Amino acid sequence: MLLLTCPCCGVTAEETEFTPGGEAHLKRFGPGSSDEEFDAYMFQRKNPRGVHFERWRHAYGCGKWFIAARCTMTLEVFATYPAQTLEPPAEVIEKIRARRPDWEGAQ
Amino acid sequence: MSDQLLSALPGAASEGFVTVAEAGLRGMITLRGDLGRLTFALAPLGLDIPAQRAITQADERSLAWMSPDELLLMLPYSEAAEATRTLQEELRGEFATVANVSDARAVFALRGKGAPDVLAKLCPVDFAALKPGEIRRTRAGQVAAAIWVAGEDEMRLVCFRSVAQYMFDLLTTAALPGSEPCLYS
Repeated sequence: MLLLTCPCCGVTAEETEFTPGGEAHLKRFGPGSSDEEFDAYMFQRKNPRGVHFERWRHAYGCGKWFIAARCTMTLEVFATYPAQTLEPPAEVIEKIRARRPDWEGAQ
Repeated sequence: MSDQLLSALPGAASEGFVTVAEAGLRGMITLRGDLGRLTFALAPLGLDIPAQRAITQADERSLAWMSPDELLLMLPYSEAAEATRTLQEELRGEFATVANVSDARAVFALRGKGAPDVLAKLCPVDFAALKPGEIRRTRAGQVAAAIWVAGEDEMRLVCFRSVAQYMFDLLTTAALPGSEPCLYS
């Protein structure tokens, strides 16, 4: 079971109270970008076996979006943080490194 | 058109190891905006802005924290329309929304020692951790609900009016005698 803690209301609940929103920290490439950039933004998604950053919405609770750093293999959640964050915060990276020393990094 | 005001399931009640009853009409006003800036408008009602996930009570009124930018004011049904107008007037010019949602909701009361047991069958929530004065938004079966402890051996649940029949059937079934999970009682 995946247990997530919503950073907006502080509730820890299992995943049926939330809605998944796909990969987090995507950078939008719109008008003026190259076809490769737009293709990567629109269609290419990571599907890692291990550390992953995802958007989630507390759909049955406070209704807010947030980002979760979790392991897709063990369902361990390293941290959750507000959706208004452009890249993984340093302390989140630190927490992941402590748990997964051989992690390659966010990119 | 009838001018009679009716709640979702007037008088609906069922007797199991917990009594499930539709609690009738309840005035409800949704306030959205920066919570700190709503304080002055709510002050005349004698209600404090609740802390995160808290529900504060004063006489017949209560104020619940629904999300970082949303509050739910509950009051007698007959006062809702007037209170909505007053709040709208007071919050004029503020980046805030006041909406009378009284007729969009249904309230259920669960009375009996096993009330948390009934809800535990339907919600992904640890009810041992739900203290009086706290409100928990979650799902019950397949629909959204907000639950709080309303008194000794009494819990209350708010859901959308459109799913009131589903909720009543769900609670009634979960409260059938002989199906007590005895998690909390």
